[in-house]
Order: sequence, then structure tokens, then C-alpha cells
Amino acid sequence: MDYEAVIGLEVHLELKTRSKIFCGCSTAFGMEPNSSCCPVCLGLPGSLPVLNRSALEMAVKAALALNCRVEGRSRFDRKNYFYPDLPKAYQISQYELPVARGGYLEIDLPGGIKRVNIERVHMEEEAGKLLHAGGSIMESDYSLVDYNRAGIPLLEIVTAPNISSGKEARLFLEELRLLLFYCDVSDCRMEEGSLRCDANISLNLPGAAMGNKVEVKNMNSFRAVEYALDYEAQRQAEILSRAGEIVQETRHWDEENRVTVSLRGKEEASDYRYFPEPDLPPLLIEESWVQELKEALPELPAHKRLRFEEQYRLDPKDVAVLTSSPELACFYEEAARHVEDYTGLANWVKGDVLRIHNDSGKAIGEMTPLALAETISLLERGEISRPVAREVLEEALVRGKNPAQVVQDRGLGRIADPGTLGPLIEKVLQENPKAVESYLQGREKALGFLVGKVMAATRGRSDPAAVNTILRDKLQNLPGKVE
Amino acid sequence: MDLFRLSALQLSGLMREGEVSSEEVVNSFLQRIEQVEPQVKAFLLLCPEEALAAAREVDRRRLRGDELNFLAGVPVAVKDNICTRGLRTTCASRILENYVPPYDATVVSAIRRAGLPILGKTNMDEFAMGSSTENSAFFSTRNPWDTRRVPGGSSGGSAAAVAAGEAPLALGSDTGGSVRQPAAFCGVTGLRPTYGRVSRYGLIAFASSLDQVGTHSRDAAGGLALFRLIAGHDPLDATSINTPLEEDVEADNFCENGLKGLRLGLISEQMGDGFAPEVKEKIRQTAALLEGEGAFVEEVSLPLTDYALAAYYLINPAEASSNLGRYDGVRYGLSERISGGGVREMFAHTRGKGFGMEVKRRIILGSYALSAGYYDAYYLQALKVRTLIKKEMEKAFERFDVLFGPSTPTTPFMLGEKVDDPLQMYLSDVCNITDALTGNPSLSIPCGLSPAGMPVGMQLSAPPLNEMLLFRVAAAIENMRPLPPLPEQVNILEGGQC
Ligand SMILES: [Zn+2]
Repeated sequence: MDYEAVIGLEVHLELKTRSKIFCGCSTAFGMEPNSSCCPVCLGLPGSLPVLNRSALEMAVKAALALNCRVEGRSRFDRKNYFYPDLPKAYQISQYELPVARGGYLEIDLPGGIKRVNIERVHMEEEAGKLLHAGGSIMESDYSLVDYNRAGIPLLEIVTAPNISSGKEARLFLEELRLLLFYCDVSDCRMEEGSLRCDANISLNLPGAAMGNKVEVKNMNSFRAVEYALDYEAQRQAEILSRAGEIVQETRHWDEENRVTVSLRGKEEASDYRYFPEPDLPPLLIEESWVQELKEALPELPAHKRLRFEEQYRLDPKDVAVLTSSPELACFYEEAARHVEDYTGLANWVKGDVLRIHNDSGKAIGEMTPLALAETISLLERGEISRPVAREVLEEALVRGKNPAQVVQDRGLGRIADPGTLGPLIEKVLQENPKAVESYLQGREKALGFLVGKVMAATRGRSDPAAVNTILRDKLQNLPGKVE
Repeated sequence: MDLFRLSALQLSGLMREGEVSSEEVVNSFLQRIEQVEPQVKAFLLLCPEEALAAAREVDRRRLRGDELNFLAGVPVAVKDNICTRGLRTTCASRILENYVPPYDATVVSAIRRAGLPILGKTNMDEFAMGSSTENSAFFSTRNPWDTRRVPGGSSGGSAAAVAAGEAPLALGSDTGGSVRQPAAFCGVTGLRPTYGRVSRYGLIAFASSLDQVGTHSRDAAGGLALFRLIAGHDPLDATSINTPLEEDVEADNFCENGLKGLRLGLISEQMGDGFAPEVKEKIRQTAALLEGEGAFVEEVSLPLTDYALAAYYLINPAEASSNLGRYDGVRYGLSERISGGGVREMFAHTRGKGFGMEVKRRIILGSYALSAGYYDAYYLQALKVRTLIKKEMEKAFERFDVLFGPSTPTTPFMLGEKVDDPLQMYLSDVCNITDALTGNPSLSIPCGLSPAGMPVGMQLSAPPLNEMLLFRVAAAIENMRPLPPLPEQVNILEGGQC
């Protein structure tokens, strides 16, 4: 029997505001523990939260990018529970009235586009970070708390349960990351904890009622999400096919052993006693402001991909690479304004530009697209060879130089002058008597070998046509030649 | 001349005229405190050095000719749930027994900036939960009119300090009557401003949607001056109102407009059974006085206010249960770490040892009211009642400029009389709850003494942002019938008349 997996995701991501969601403390990463704190984010008696406008703006932008309806009136609630990393013993979150609802995100599947529905998007605050002396809070003699992260703005995105496999979940997360990256609202680095994902998964036979849900947590990479959900689907399928029953529970993904492990007994059922946060007035959002933000949204990845395919007649695989960051896409488009061969340009960007970026660490956004266009133009005009072009490009992009200038400064231009090439070629002929012999006996291939030698002697800079002509001429008029 | 017998404005006038220095004023109050404090026990913390230093600073600035605040140099007492940088702030709780805030509440910054020396921190019911100041974890404050009686609560220390002449002004907080009820019991003037009118930043939260910082003063003019000093929008409090105060009126002659044509509604529910005859009599006498001054007085029924207490005692504990979660022993305050115990044990022991009975009662009540399955039946119902009461009040204010009645059903009760009966204790705030739920400003003013010599308070309520109107009525009443002098019970020093 073939079971269908029904998966819903709950994604938490840190918004990249400069200050925290309810106070002015910096959100910078890697600061001295507890150095970016104040009475508000430490929950000191008497302190009060004030909403950071830029956190709201980023949340609304993300919601709009996810095609959600931004609510004119939403509200913050308190989620009450005790934990040492939670300074007020409640988290300010949005429960009943989230900032946005009802959107979707499309992912590309082999069979076509799939629309993953978004149920809600809401804002909340991050907790502090616990450092346990011995592995876990239960096994440690003591634990330390760093509240620098407490109060970082979080966005929670909840999908409808219409994801069907681990692979789809991973594709969704990748597309989500790209989207929010484009909107410049989150870095979405799962490994650094700026994006976290929990999942609900249940199995049922086609057309049958939903099975019991299992919550899967502790997945620390996109790949882990895929593996964990596939593992969990398989585990549940095996139980069901033995007519067993799925226990409704929370399970942890064990990365090392590649299994999900039950947390039964370790976690009590929680009643968070949600109620409206009295310290913050209802959140009223003006439609006109939403419109403004909507109009200011950048071109989003899906649209950009389609446009690239049409406008530049590129292969979808190339487009996927070129649009993998807004900076790279922008780089390509800028260069394309001065180049005719779009596919060739795509190859340059995918290949050399990314290599140069990786090797040098120079940000794409700081490179000049015109330098690539000019380098290609020098190559096309025959002024430099391809290997030289790559060298010139690197210098031009990393040091911000004009390619023609690089060619001139380094003397990298094509050598076509017979006065320079003549002696070189004569030397090659002297050093390769066998090839000369062979050519004279009528083997044309030997000519190619000799051209190669000349090219090598000039490190690729010789003009092949000129070399050819001079070489033939010299061979015709060899002193010892017998007709 | 005993400076401590003077009102805030009299003191401010003398200082502005160069008759006395702030240092002399502060010294007078410090001496008075030394004499009567053993009987009254209004203060949890005294800070004479800081007060004198602040006074000398004001005196220096005055000599230099600096532009000074109207109240500069007039000392003030501060309730111990309002954060004072560098001064222990305990909420009268073991759990914060040694807590020294690293920052000033916005109201404290305002009074410090204006040059009002802080004499000390006043006693209160633990976390402001109570109506007699007997719930203080440290000691009970006594009513200066009869030290066998309670001063009311929870701001009992502030009210008693002003009544005993230990401070001319005090800051308190009013969640469900905590400024007005003790003001009535102690025969002083106590304002609960419009919700949001005064910043709550730095007021240690009890029930956030109800808490307001309020004032205690000897008279209306002093209360108004202090209110004007602390009121105003605060960007640190998202619930603070961004509406400027009414046009500047000279604080000492603002009552000239009189009461002609003012429509006053006497709340009939507060004149029925359960209200002491001597209290009702004083209210009726005052109503007659007001009518004599040209005001229009009529009884008005607010039937929904009968449900106010029930709604209040769901909303209040619900918010309190959440606000008090942070006292877990992790970051500050009491921390009970049991050897061999884990973090849960630390939470439990810290809270078990650190909180008193009434605090625990409210946390349990509130957690219950917010629990899954009960939320709709209790908390949500209470919010609906609150909305209905608000509407009923709005309607009443279409017909009346001011609503009034007694501030308390009885005169002060005896120490120990109600400690074992929480419901009776809760009922002593019954007149004050409605305005707390609606957020209207409300003022308790002295209304004469009962035949037994105990103060009676009258409570005036106005639509939001109309504090000035309340003070106008209060000042008019003071003009007709002078306030009683300081209670003789604690008049150790025989001072001359001033
Ligand atoms: Zn902070």
C-alpha cells in the first residue's frame, strides 16, 4: 500500500534588523556574552517593550513576498512558560491575530510547479542562549545564560500541511531562503541558527482521513530536514503496514545515527496560557503603507528566473545559478547590456566570476560588470587570447581596474608583428627539426604542432592567424629545402 | 515654623521667595520622620544623604539664578514598586529584598530632573496586592489618624507618609484603588490619572492593563503640580498617551472658574447597603455644598459596576500571574539553589520562599483563569464585562461631567481585622475598581472626619484626560471647607499654626 505523507513546516527565522525587536540593543553577532542587553531584553522589573518599526517593516515585506494578506489589525500575545533563557518567563509572540495570513510559495518540481500554501506569518522575540557545563541542562552541574540573542526579532512562517516529501520540504526551504534573501530581511543561515525549522508529519492512504501527527525537531540543515522527514515517513509507513499505531508525539532528529528519536517523557505537555500582551497596543497597519512596501519590493526570484529564460534565452539550469543571489543576477544583467552572446556571458559569470569571487573573497556586489563586458569584447576583437582574458578579468574584478589598461600595463596584448614573431618562429623551427621534416613531407598536422609551440613560447599571446602565415612562409623558404 | 506642616505649594512658594532653602525643608521632614516613623512605619528605605544632596544642588542652582521647576526642592516619597537607580526597590517582597535597579523609572527621572529630593521608598502590600499594607513582607504601616488602624493599601506607606507630615508629596501606584483607597483612609488627596497619561516604564508590573502611577498630596494644588510633573508621553511606554496636558493654568488659582453649571452624578450603587452611614453622610453633605456652589447634582445608577469586582479579580490575577513569572532566581533577587536539585527545583524553591500568601493566591487564580479550557469561561468573559462597563461609563459621561461617591465603603478598619478574609479585603476597593477597568482618571479627596475622628474620602471620576477638571472640583471643595490639619495622634512636636 502506498501511503501519502502530509507535511507541514514551521519555520523560524531571525530578521536582520540592527536592533532588537522591543529595545535598542544591537543584534550584532559574536559579541561578549551579555554585553548587548538592557533592562528591557533582560526582563528587569518595570521595563516595557516598544516595537521596533524596522522589524515590523521586514515582517510585512516577507509576508508580501509570500503573497500573504497583511492584516490591518493584529496583536501581540504572551506565551507563558518557565525556562532560564526566557527572561520574562513569557515570550512576546502573536497567537490569535498574526500580522499576515494566507499566502503561498511556489517550488519547481520535476513534474511542474507546486504551490505550498502559507497559513500564517507572525512576529515574536528570540530567547537567550544556554551554555551547559555538561552537554544538556539535565546532565550539567551548572549552565550559563547569554542574553545577547534575547529579543532578536523572529518571523515564524507556518505552512499548510501540503508538502509531500522530504525533498519538497528542502526545496521549499531553499526557495524561501532565496526569497527572503532577495527581500533583504533575513540571512536564513540554518547552520548559524538564523533559520530553524520544525515539521509535522503524518501518513494516510490516498483519500483516507489524516493519520496521527508526529512533530519532528532538531533538524539543523536543509539536508537534515529532507533526511529526517524521509526517515520519519518510512518509519511511520512500516508501523502502519504492520497495522501498528502512530503515537502522536515529538521526535528529535539524531543527525549522527540518522534516525528520529522519541522525546516521550522528557517533555511535559505545555499549556502556554496565551493572552493579549497588555504592554503593547493592538498593531494597526495602514493599507497605504503596505502598498508602499509592496511597490518597493524587488523583483522576486521566481519572476526573475522566468524573465531570464525569456529575455536572455538561457537554459533553466544556468538561470538557477545566475539568480542564486540578487547581486549575481544584477551583475549578469549589467554586463548583458554590453554583450551580445548571452549564453557565453552566462558561462563567464557561472565559471570565472564565481571562481574569482570564491578565491578572492571579493563580494559580487563590489565587482564591476562592465569589466567583464570589456574583457569579453577584447577577446572577441582578438586583442587577447582566452587564457589572457581570464587573467585580465581577475585583475580587473578584484582590483577594480579597466581591462584594456591591465592588458597594456602587463603587456598582454596579441603579438601579430612579424618583426617580433619572426625570430621566435625561426627558433621554434630550429628546435623542432622532426616536425619541420614531417611538414615538408606533406603532413599538415605538423603545422599545428609548430603553431602550438610558438603560442606556448608567448604564453598564448601570439595571434594564431599571424603565426600561421609567417610559419608557412618560413617553411616555404627554408634554406635547405629541396624542390 | 514647622515646615513639615506646610503643603507642597506653600513650601515651593517660600523657596522661590528665598525664605527657606530646600535643605531646610528636607531637614524638617527628616526630623519629622525621625519622630513619627516609629509609630507610622511608612518607609521601607530612607535616604537622607541623597535627599540632602539633591536639596543642596537645587539650592545652588536657585542661587545661580537657574530656571527651576515649580516644585524644585520640594521633597517626595516614592512607593517601593517604582524603580530608583541605586536605591533598593523591593515591592515589599522577600523575592526582591536586595534588588537595586540599574535604572530610574520615567517618573523618577522626571522628579529627579525637576529637583525634587527623594526622601525614601514607602511601604506597600507585596507587589501592590492588598488593601491594607499588611501584605508587606516586612512590616505593617499604621494609619496616622489612629495607629491601631490600617492606612489602606497598597500604597499605604505613601498615603501615611503624607498624612503624618513625613513628606509633602508621594508617588504611589493604583491598579484597582491602591492610591485612592489609602488616600481616603489617611485623609489625603490621591490621584489615579488616566491610563496611559503617566508612563509606567519602571513601575514594577502587577497587572499591566490596570497599573498607573498616581500621586498623594496634602491638597489638590500639590497633587495637580506633581501630576503635571510626571504626566506626558513616554516613548519607552507603548501604552502611554500622546496628548498634551490641558493648557497651562496657574496651579494656585486654577479653581477660579468655579463650579457653575457643572453636572455631577452621584453613583447610587455606592450609597446603598454595605456602605457605612457616617461615610454616606459626609458624601451627602459635600454634595449639598457643591449644589450650593451652583453645580447640578443628580443620582445616577451604574448597574454594571456590580460586576466590576468579579471581572477585576480575573483580569488582575491573570496579568499578575504572567508578570510575576520572571522572579525565578536566575537573574536577580532571591535565588534558592538546592544542592542536587535542578533548574525546576530552583524555580520552585525561589518562588515558594520569596512570595507571600496573597501573591501566591493571585498567581494561582490567574494561572487558572488563563488555562486552556478555562480561558473562554473566565478571562474572556471578564474582558467582555470590562468592555460593557466602559460603555456604561461613557454613556454616563454623556450626562455628567464628573461622577462621584465615597472612595471607600467604610472608614479605616483595624489592623488584622481582614487579613484572613481575602474577599472582605477585596471589597474595601469596591468603589475604586470601575475606573481602574475603564482607565478613567479618578481622584480621592478628603471629605471631613467621621464622628469617631476618622477620615472619609470622596472619589471623583471624569472622562479620560480630564484630570484638571477633577482637581478643579477638589479645589473648590477645599475653598468651601478647609482640610483637616495633621492628625494629632502622631503630633509629637507641638508646632505653631502656620
Ligand atoms: Zn535590550
